[in-house]
Amino acid sequence: MRIFDPHIHMTSRTTDDYERMAAAGVRAVVEPAFWLGQPRTSPDSFADYFDAIIGWEPFRASQFGVRHHATIALNPKEANDPRCRPVLDLLPRYLEKDGVVAVGEIGYDSMTPAEDEAFAAQLALAVDHGLPAMVHTPHRDKARGVERSLAVVAESGIDPCRVVLDHLNEVTAGLVRDSGCWLGFSIYPDTKMSPPRMVELLRLYGTERMLVNSAADWGRSDPLLTRATGEAMLLAGFTADDVDRVLWRNPVEFYAQSGRLDLTGVDDADADAPGAAGGQPGAGGAGSAGGAASAGGTFAGNSILRGGS
Amino acid sequence: MTPERLRAALRGVPDPEWLDAAIERVAADPATVPRFFAAAARRCGRGPLPDAPGWTADEAARALLLAALPADHAGHAADVYRHGDAAEKLAVLRALPLLPIGAECEPLLHDAIRTNDTRLIAAALGPYSRHLDADAWRQAVLKCVFTGVPLAVVHDLDARADAGLAAMLGGFAVERRAAGREVPADAAALLDRLTAAGSPTVGPAAGPAASPVADPAVPSDARKA
Repeated sequence: MRIFDPHIHMTSRTTDDYERMAAAGVRAVVEPAFWLGQPRTSPDSFADYFDAIIGWEPFRASQFGVRHHATIALNPKEANDPRCRPVLDLLPRYLEKDGVVAVGEIGYDSMTPAEDEAFAAQLALAVDHGLPAMVHTPHRDKARGVERSLAVVAESGIDPCRVVLDHLNEVTAGLVRDSGCWLGFSIYPDTKMSPPRMVELLRLYGTERMLVNSAADWGRSDPLLTRATGEAMLLAGFTADDVDRVLWRNPVEFYAQSGRLDLTGVDDADADAPGAAGGQPGAGGAGSAGGAASAGGTFAGNSILRGGS
Repeated sequence: MTPERLRAALRGVPDPEWLDAAIERVAADPATVPRFFAAAARRCGRGPLPDAPGWTADEAARALLLAALPADHAGHAADVYRHGDAAEKLAVLRALPLLPIGAECEPLLHDAIRTNDTRLIAAALGPYSRHLDADAWRQAVLKCVFTGVPLAVVHDLDARADAGLAAMLGGFAVERRAAGREVPADAAALLDRLTAAGSPTVGPAAGPAASPVADPAVPSDARKA
């Protein structure tokens, strides 16, 4: 089972998680920029965070054979803090980076005028930079938040097939299904969505435009719930090809719209051994200073990061 | 390596017209360099260049963009490094020896060596590392040993390796053996070469702190002791 987790906050996770994810078949992830739990007070700390998710985190992931991409945005919660609003001015430069495959997470938290403005401005940036958009839907007043999000998306002029509305559930999935946008579901230990409930939604709506993610972060969450959902699908009678579509081909199709998804060496459908991915693109020969860490954890033939001690 | 050789090696990339146009634009309007620099890998590819051993297409294209600037190469290099992703930072480090600059970009090496990204550490120890003073250089070599970067990437390794480095490597080997852990073969070999070359000319009490700070203008052999 090859798995692409289209929404996971790896900066909050440990190397143990990377090991378990790789062993479970996770070969690619997208890390959306979001709230860190602790509120930030200046654009500079956002810049450092953005740099981390396009710099250090992809390197960390590569040590476990996992390909890492990111989405960049001012998240809806912090869009309400006037000290963070200048983050919008930082975005154009980040939205040109190779590893950035969408604008996100944008959308609503409390549906304030400040959120309206940041949401619309960032959808316009997505259009300008030729990127898809990842829209977080609010946890409070969700159904109204989803309706309002769809209205903002429609008004922006972005093609709905380039937008995913995330954290959907039984009540909100139908609204998005008819809009032409993609549907994202975050499988959580006991809140947002569960594997059995997800299987029921896949039965109801089919597998087209459906994205399943773990949205694992610094809260109670589990990066292996993508795999658990794939197994629940098989038990419920879905085919291995259905599982591959939902857990691999769908996220690939969605993010490939950026023109920047690079899955060289990790997308071989037949290689099912965890970490069986080949070397990183750009890996140089022995002794090359340009050599990248390969999936097997070697650097130009040497083991890397022996622990630094 | 020279910009001319990189340019020749890039003839076969997927979109050579893009690179030619980008180089022209950057030469005429340096403010455009960040955008072209960010896009270079997806336009030119990331594979190794057969005619420029050790270089990838994206590194070479980015080095050429910096080399094409009409002025202030150091300022632009520092800017695209500061705002770059890991591949962009790597390309800046690889490009430094090819640019018409002095030691102004040495702070970028310190930034790279502080990371734990082995690609950046390795690239920081290319030919431009001649601008690192002896203390920083020795620390960087030890960091290579600790993080598994092969010592073969270190420019001028044997010429610069001195008694201070021998003392640090010796201490490292003692700690590793005491812990029942392996000493990497390249580090052990370097230590052997340094000790076989005769006892350090600095006194037995002299560690790195007692060694003279290297002047980049002084030939490396003169810094050995």
